[in-house]
Amino acid sequence: MAKSLRIIPEKCTGCMQCELACSWVQTGMFQPSRSLIRVNIFDEQASYAPYTCFQCDEAWCMTACPVNAISVDADTGAKVVADANCVGCGLCTIACPFGTVFYNPDTQKAFKCDLCDGNPACAVACPTGAIEYTESESADWLGGWAEKVNASYLQSIEGGNAA
Amino acid sequence: MTHGWAGHILRVDLSRGKATKEPLRLDWAEEYIGGRGLAARYLYEEMDPSVDALGPDNKLIMATGPLTGTNASCGSRYMVVTKGPLTGAITTSNSGGHWGPELKFAGYDMVIVEGRSDRPCYLLVDDDRVEIRDASNVWGKVVSETEDAIRDETGMPELRVAGIGPAGENLVRFACIVNDKHRAAGRSGVGAVMGSKNLKAIAVRGNQGVRIARPRDYMSAIWPYHEHLAESPGRQGLTELGTAPTIDLVNAFGGLPTRNFTAGQFEGTEAINGESIKDNWLVANKACFACNIACGRVTQVSPNADQYMVNMHPRNWKVAGEGPEYENLWSLGADCGVDDMDAIVMANYLCNDLGMDPISMGATLAAAMEMYERGLLSDGQTGMAFRFGDGKALVAMTEATGFREGFGDELAEGSKRMTEKFEHPEYFMGVKGQEFPAYDPRGFQGMGVAYATCNRGACHLRAWTPGIETTGEHDPHGTEGKSVWVAEEQNRTTAHDATGICMFTTAGAPLEDLIPVLSAATGVDYTMEDFVHIGERIWNIERLWNLRAGLTAADDTLPKRLMEEAHKDGPSAGVTVDLDAMLPDYYAARGWSADGRPTTEKLMELGLA
Repeated sequence: MAKSLRIIPEKCTGCMQCELACSWVQTGMFQPSRSLIRVNIFDEQASYAPYTCFQCDEAWCMTACPVNAISVDADTGAKVVADANCVGCGLCTIACPFGTVFYNPDTQKAFKCDLCDGNPACAVACPTGAIEYTESESADWLGGWAEKVNASYLQSIEGGNAA
Repeated sequence: MTHGWAGHILRVDLSRGKATKEPLRLDWAEEYIGGRGLAARYLYEEMDPSVDALGPDNKLIMATGPLTGTNASCGSRYMVVTKGPLTGAITTSNSGGHWGPELKFAGYDMVIVEGRSDRPCYLLVDDDRVEIRDASNVWGKVVSETEDAIRDETGMPELRVAGIGPAGENLVRFACIVNDKHRAAGRSGVGAVMGSKNLKAIAVRGNQGVRIARPRDYMSAIWPYHEHLAESPGRQGLTELGTAPTIDLVNAFGGLPTRNFTAGQFEGTEAINGESIKDNWLVANKACFACNIACGRVTQVSPNADQYMVNMHPRNWKVAGEGPEYENLWSLGADCGVDDMDAIVMANYLCNDLGMDPISMGATLAAAMEMYERGLLSDGQTGMAFRFGDGKALVAMTEATGFREGFGDELAEGSKRMTEKFEHPEYFMGVKGQEFPAYDPRGFQGMGVAYATCNRGACHLRAWTPGIETTGEHDPHGTEGKSVWVAEEQNRTTAHDATGICMFTTAGAPLEDLIPVLSAATGVDYTMEDFVHIGERIWNIERLWNLRAGLTAADDTLPKRLMEEAHKDGPSAGVTVDLDAMLPDYYAARGWSADGRPTTEKLMELGLA
């Protein structure tokens, strides 16, 4: 069973330690603007949610790449950009429905989460356990979570009368 | 290339409409670390301390430390340093959130604001692009709306904003600078200084990084620091219940100032303590940047709060906002005799959005309430009845103060000026014009000397003596050893403030953990001894500044009430503050003369002569 990154938004306090850890890995500096994981802050709802690449089974970034620069890492299952092949066209950044593939203007290459070769720095750094790197029954935990959120949203707009 | 420090400062002259990027004085950075210390050094060098705090000659400095913007837990802080309109002394007001780190990411260690704009403006900083922009669209707006409006107007949702609300615009003497909507450089009226410059806000976006001098050493130093913090009961308590459990602790020692310091215990603590907030008001914990504690409380009011509806009500009634913290629970609660949490939460939220210090707000109202109850203020003067315990008066007067409406105009001057105006200065509870925070020195004797000697007026954060007085280490009512401890602790906390790290980390991780982190980040090898020595240097330069501003040893004093009237019952019954016994010891411990002036020998030792 492959390990995957799981986010538990209820545990997130919005502290940004994941962004700092990720940017440290990317750049050797503390530079959140270069982090591949981003914390979304919904102040009015007192809700915070980090999100990054969840290594889709059906990875559109891979499909979109015209030069096959994105491949699946055999050990971690991460979709990894090979710098040597990447021509910096940016198609993968457009194809990703989650906005988690980025373009680095300095190197003129695409860059994205590679699960830190199986030891994701964001999960290590998170002080509240809101980011886990664990073996999971279903790779599609994000879909399950979205369903839950949708259900409660539907219930709220239907005045609690939803089935 | 600098490490830890960004290496540049941003100087903004509002009178001339000019912004310039200057290299940081690295020699000063090494000697003063950053934040509070570095800013004090610049202010000492550049500004005549006798100028009017609300005039164009006052300078407003917002300074980060070398660890601000790093992953060192709680490296979120910046310090506002300026001449305080409440005190006339140097003021050093600290805030967390995300603004300070963003300034570092934009490439600046500090901003120095000079002069006065002839019309309302705000500053936009986007790395090297700096613009002084017209603020007519946001002038008059409350804090949260200002932040949203600037983001909308610029089309930059990533902006971090530090600014003022109506209280700062109206020069309320205890107005704050609020960043990220809920985090405030709260005390001493730094927001009024910003308002006096016609500066509404500083909005920052930074895309650069904070460099680390010795990455390998840094990472091996950071993990023990974070681990000790994570494991400590002090940290766990702050995460679980925030700062509010201090209510119970302080009340148990008879040190919770109640109804303008007329009692040392409050009968309504169960309604306003940490458990109460957690069970009834808490929505979520919220962390500042890089914070592994998350003491912030996001709260919502109950439907019962509708009775406190005011003109300027929050847009979103579901989530009221952040807080209240311990200090605000006390000032808006116990000190005003109010035990209705809905009223306290509402007043606290108003303080956040109007941009006012809730400590001084509650304490000033408490002084007025006492005068009202004693018949020294009439309904005609106040416009409404306000007795201790009146939640409606609390909420209504908080709003009126921010807008300087009715009697709020008097309260906006702070309790020293308000009580003097109505000819009863004896009801002012504070030092150097700044109201006390939530510790009665008759319950904690050491706080007496800590308050009297603090450079920014009454303050609990420079030497928190309950730390040694509630644990059995020291008799809470005795004077023995307090002065020496206070002087030493002031040095430690002052150096700590200069790093950019939040004071609350000391509740968990020992200070020794932080020194190697600081050294590895900056590349300057600091020892514990150097660190404390730097704290002492900063404390002394602040003192020198105050002496130049015209303050004297006579300002190192306490209200008569604390020195002459003891509480009648409770654990602190019969105790008065013996400042006469402690103050000479304090001056001696500092190496100062009997009239509180740093001696030449001391200044030479600190490299200040």
